[in-house]
Amino acid sequence: MSDTLTLGLTDTRVLRAIELVWTEATLLDAKDYLGWEALYTDDAMYVIPIDPNTNDHETSLNMVYDDKRMRRLRVERMTQGYAPSAVAAARTVRIVSRFTVAEVSDTVVTLRSAQILNSFKRNAFATVGAELTHRIELSPEGDKIALKVARLIDSEDAVSASGFLV
Amino acid sequence: MTSIETAAPRFGDLAAGDRVAGQLYTDPEIFAEEMKKIFYRTWVWVAHESEIPEAGSFKTTQVGDQPVIVTRDRKNTFNTLLNRCRHRGATVCDQRTGKANGFTCPYHNWSYTLDGRLRGIPYPDGYEGVVDKNDYPLQKLRTESYLGMIWATFNADAEPLEDFLGDAKLWMERFLKQSNGHPTKVLGSHKFRFRGNWKIQLENTTDGYHFPMVHKSWMASVDAETANMMSFMDDPAAETHALGNGHSVAIMAASHADLDIDDGTEEIQPRFQHLVDELVAAGEPMDRVRRYMRSMHGCGFNLNMFPNVAMSSSFFRILVPISVDVTEVWHMAIGMDGGPESINRERLRIHEHFQGPFGFGSPDDAEGWDRVQIGAGGNPTMPILVNRGEGRERISDEGWPTAHVTDETGMRESYSMWKKMMSDV
Ligand code: FES
Ligand SMILES: [Fe+2]
Repeated sequence: MSDTLTLGLTDTRVLRAIELVWTEATLLDAKDYLGWEALYTDDAMYVIPIDPNTNDHETSLNMVYDDKRMRRLRVERMTQGYAPSAVAAARTVRIVSRFTVAEVSDTVVTLRSAQILNSFKRNAFATVGAELTHRIELSPEGDKIALKVARLIDSEDAVSASGFLV
Repeated sequence: MTSIETAAPRFGDLAAGDRVAGQLYTDPEIFAEEMKKIFYRTWVWVAHESEIPEAGSFKTTQVGDQPVIVTRDRKNTFNTLLNRCRHRGATVCDQRTGKANGFTCPYHNWSYTLDGRLRGIPYPDGYEGVVDKNDYPLQKLRTESYLGMIWATFNADAEPLEDFLGDAKLWMERFLKQSNGHPTKVLGSHKFRFRGNWKIQLENTTDGYHFPMVHKSWMASVDAETANMMSFMDDPAAETHALGNGHSVAIMAASHADLDIDDGTEEIQPRFQHLVDELVAAGEPMDRVRRYMRSMHGCGFNLNMFPNVAMSSSFFRILVPISVDVTEVWHMAIGMDGGPESINRERLRIHEHFQGPFGFGSPDDAEGWDRVQIGAGGNPTMPILVNRGEGRERISDEGWPTAHVTDETGMRESYSMWKKMMSDV
């Protein structure tokens, strides 16, 4: 991994970014979708691609390709009580770790990490593995997510989401 | 004395016109019998030609529960080959798609051509006088295509594909009009599994009845014009036709059923205005732009082709039976091979909005299907009802049993084909 900087756990900018990623994981496990939505900048994208190798998400088919408008609609869907799959969504516990730093400055930190998400619904446990990329904008007003790409390790095969977000 | 033949269960009796036993979803013996009597005997959809674009391209998939490779060989002929080495049975290819000159089995390196001939055996002296290479090609299925859709069958005696498709062909043609004169191209696939029988999914494609209930959250998330287009509950022009051979079509938006016909009343959704502006600026004539915009949501109908493929609205829906209680569903987004790229991009966004494991629609369908599987296990002999609209079913001018789009005419058609095939000896 020659393109990553050393992790830099003494670098407070990196620590702030990691903390935000963990906050996001906590909110998603708690199904606090309003809190989750507030973590994103206005022009942020939240992407779950299918093609594991592409960075051109706009011209490919994705599982999720959400700008601000789609995130708003998604949060409404998850919270309004009309979507049977959201109402009966699996419970989840996720671990995000194995951080590497791809970019760090006083305003932007880009982190890569590994996520193991455990879900349980109707007597079925499932594990979803993913590689995450977060671009975090640092600001005295509060750090925010400007990009999240979640690459599921089985993205090209049959994925069962059971109503939760990755 | 009871012979094995007379003791064989008569599964065909479990389906009767407007009802089927819940056992059809839960009994592993029935699933095994369906593989033999349906999936190995009829035409099973395997690929769209655009997925295998040039000589050497291939795709792996299944026919029933058996692994196959669909290839395009040097003569541009499509082949469907059992993915099973003739030596000791290893799969010879495990990539989903790709390009190759042929297939070499990784176990002892027997190698095969794109049309399945056995080309080479390493260290052949041990086989001298024992194996003639001509005798051991990969098993080849009959393969035929119609309008770019490729089907295969294990059954050497199956009727020609076009005869099997019958009246579905007219609807295939209409469906493909959404490519606006360009070839149709698969742009990507959403794949997901649900814990339920394949027929639960088969029923769903022409089930208009569930739409406003299950997809309330999707309806709430789209613009008023789109929601209006999908408000077919009280629209008498929204009908389902039984087309024969298990095929059926459910017309949700009659005004889109033939995109060549435009009465000019339909408003183009304001959220597409940026595309309209872009195309007009690029010099596209307005009637052409209007045609592109109207095709954006696909054709306003779902065509279900027994047993495993549907042309649904703006995508292909494939079902792959995994086991009696697990089914894989592929939703293949389609677009134009040519034409303005921005239209294809918008089609991807529309597809993402509804389909896939994180879409605003499919997970809600899957929630219902999971529950059917569990519920149907409670008293598996109790019938599943597919009798909605029986009282108002009529025969259309074309000779098709026809009722409202919310009626279960399509399911009755599927189950009558199921019954016919499962009753064959
Ligand atoms: S199993 Fe394929 S070469 Fe031996
Ligand atoms: Fe549905």
